[in-house]
Amino acid sequence: MSAENTPSDTNEYLLEVVNARKTFPGVVALDGVQLKIRPGTVHALMGENGAGKSTLMKIIAGVYIPDEGEVRLRGKPLTLTGPLDALEAGIAMIHQELNLMPFMTIAENIWIRREPLNAFGLVDHRALHDKTQALFERLGITMDPDMEVRHLTIAGRQMVEIAKAVSYESDVLIMDEPTSALTDREVEHLFRIINDLRAQGKGIVYITHKMDEVFTVADDISVFRDGQFIHCAKASDMTSDEIIKLMVGREVTQMFPKETVPIGDVVLSVRNLSLEGVFTDVSFDVRAGEIVGLAGLVGSGRTNVAETLFGVTPATSGEIKVNGTSVAITSPHQAMVNGMALLTEDRKETGLFLDLSVLENMEIAVLRDGYTRSGFVSQGVLDDQCESMKSLLKVKTPNLDERIGNLSGGNQQKVLIGRWLLTKPKILILDEPTRGIDVGAKAEIHRMVTKLASEGVAVIMISSELPEVMGMSDRILVMHGGRVTGVVPREEASQVRIMELASSPMGADAA
Amino acid sequence: MSTATDTTKAVEETTGKKRKKKVPTEVSILLVLVGISLLFEALGWIVRGDSFLLNPQRLLIMILQMSIIGIIAIGVTQVIITGGIDLSSGSVLALAAMVTASFAQSSDYMRAVYPALTDLPWIIPLAAGLLVGALAGLINGSLISLTMIPPFIATLGMMVSARGLARAYTDGQPVSMLTPDFMWLGSGANPVIIFLAVAAIFHIALKYTRYGKYTYAIGANPQAARVSGINVRRHLIVVYAIAGLLAGLGGAIAASRAGTGQAGMGLMYELDAIAAAVIGGTSLAGGVGRVTGTVIGALILGVMLSGFTFLGVDAYYQDIVKGVIIVAAVIADQYRQRKRSKAKT
Repeated sequence: MSAENTPSDTNEYLLEVVNARKTFPGVVALDGVQLKIRPGTVHALMGENGAGKSTLMKIIAGVYIPDEGEVRLRGKPLTLTGPLDALEAGIAMIHQELNLMPFMTIAENIWIRREPLNAFGLVDHRALHDKTQALFERLGITMDPDMEVRHLTIAGRQMVEIAKAVSYESDVLIMDEPTSALTDREVEHLFRIINDLRAQGKGIVYITHKMDEVFTVADDISVFRDGQFIHCAKASDMTSDEIIKLMVGREVTQMFPKETVPIGDVVLSVRNLSLEGVFTDVSFDVRAGEIVGLAGLVGSGRTNVAETLFGVTPATSGEIKVNGTSVAITSPHQAMVNGMALLTEDRKETGLFLDLSVLENMEIAVLRDGYTRSGFVSQGVLDDQCESMKSLLKVKTPNLDERIGNLSGGNQQKVLIGRWLLTKPKILILDEPTRGIDVGAKAEIHRMVTKLASEGVAVIMISSELPEVMGMSDRILVMHGGRVTGVVPREEASQVRIMELASSPMGADAA
Repeated sequence: MSTATDTTKAVEETTGKKRKKKVPTEVSILLVLVGISLLFEALGWIVRGDSFLLNPQRLLIMILQMSIIGIIAIGVTQVIITGGIDLSSGSVLALAAMVTASFAQSSDYMRAVYPALTDLPWIIPLAAGLLVGALAGLINGSLISLTMIPPFIATLGMMVSARGLARAYTDGQPVSMLTPDFMWLGSGANPVIIFLAVAAIFHIALKYTRYGKYTYAIGANPQAARVSGINVRRHLIVVYAIAGLLAGLGGAIAASRAGTGQAGMGLMYELDAIAAAVIGGTSLAGGVGRVTGTVIGALILGVMLSGFTFLGVDAYYQDIVKGVIIVAAVIADQYRQRKRSKAKT
């Protein structure tokens, strides 16, 4: 799949991952992945959402155990059965989600499990303070070690996490988007720390979505895509365009066919929609028969926009018009009354009733209208409707009474789509409709969405998979940092263009 | 990996619709009930040389004893299905019994709470008891829905306060001398009939109405329920109010059967009610449970009580065994939950 084109200034690698494979129910997260870190370098991992970077890091940090392959430290194979093993071997990780205990002090958080003890076997708070102070001086951090973590800003907590990871004196330090919560000044500070560590011969695995950061900080770059290793080279030998092309990879084929269908009137019109602290001034229209793609990295606010439109988290300002009439949407029920449907991003969290049957999962959204008579459910009619929905969507299940938890991800997703189709929506919002499902089910879902558009449904589709967004959408809205950074018409859409808009706050020359 | 199971399932589907009915949880609980009954039967012959089961009188008393707990257990069952808990049912029962009794006193009784009242037809005190119960449940539900405090805390507060209110209502005095008209309500087999009627109504409500389907959905995944357009808060308020209403009904029947209202009535009934639901297969994790299971669960508790009394076993030992059975039922529930989540390929 890829040639041995790793930079080879030195034959001695600090950390190697060889041929790693990791599967989760229904998905292959990593397959045949390799990674080679030279001592005294910063190694950036690049890839789209779902490329497998986080899984790979969790394997190195001992959080996941790979199905195949191995991790080698200085040439010696490691068997990691948990994060503690990794720490003891000399691999520390700074987690993207912060793992500090808010009601304990900074010093207590940093040295947890390793507290200095006095003669009575009790925690020696003086020594704890001094050790932390020494560490902070070395790193140039000016925080009071005895302050409780809950008083710190997110950025402050991030610095504590970094100090904690450094305190293990590990050989390998993994940083998963460490700058996402930091200001420019703090980022500079972090880079100074990183340079120090590099000078000490440590290896740093660095994950980021920010292209400019990569070229500032990284020595080597490995690119991943769809759980596979794609390319590794020195940062000085690559350009940002090349990296984006490698990350995106696939040619846009006719795999995601959007037929040209007559476009009707504006069904949904959104003006200056804002959710305080999350996204700002989002405006767009969707016409009957149109599919509007919503692209952006995780955290760009795309899912929040969908949830706000559907009333899950009502907007703090702005206007939503359905068929030209201004509507106030403060609950999902109101959104449904206005003809909306939302297939949520996280099937398990906000979609499925895992313990209930396929039937109970499918019928739940239509029990309000038409299918109940004075509170009693017209089960016969509903059974027939669900049965025909099941055949329409080709849901593979022995019968409708099967517990939905026993179905594969793709079939679960089809049931959830069926749930919303039963409501006969005029506006269909799909958040990652094909995430984690197999190719066959994916194609069927694409066909179904196209068919709905041709029947005059206005569709908003969110996806992390650029080829999917580009193949399916008439127009693509790109978001970054809670703002729309650009609108790309189908004809002008290229993956490079979308990635540019999605990763830069300026939105390039957003029109 | 999932495609393999998909195809086998698809094959099953095409080769005739085999609706492989799994053995419902109720059947295994029913077997437990039968087993315990037979055990007491055997012990009866060994220890006392007498039959435990072939004594209609004893069985009627047993069912009568369990009727009131059964009624409140049905309310508690639907609360547990939503993923909540109701600790207040015993105290609410006592409060409702006091209020009911105060409206059912004979007008010529000199220590009447409301001396100005004439003898009221039985329906009025009953309605008063139901109202008080529903009101207490409404407060429970509103607290949980609007302030988002855990159901355990909200209903714990109600458990303590309602008991206090029941005592304060008459300064701790019992309310006696009830009208014969009202005494009819709890006489003979009436409590059993009411219990079975309530069970039938809620069995149907949970299975065939929108109310029931929403109840299960909220318990299975409250977030998904909300996104599916269900007004989760409003529904929870209704569920707790109905649980309170049934505790109120239990209170009215208890007062009628005893011919008096006393603030100490229904002590620890909330735990028996929860036990009946859990023994009957209702999952404390929410989303799973049936009225039929709860009825069998209540009968198991009843058989135990009656059986131990029949054998002359001290009440202390009865409690020990009851505790063991409750814990065993929860372990069984955990085991079923694990099996459910493991079933996913």
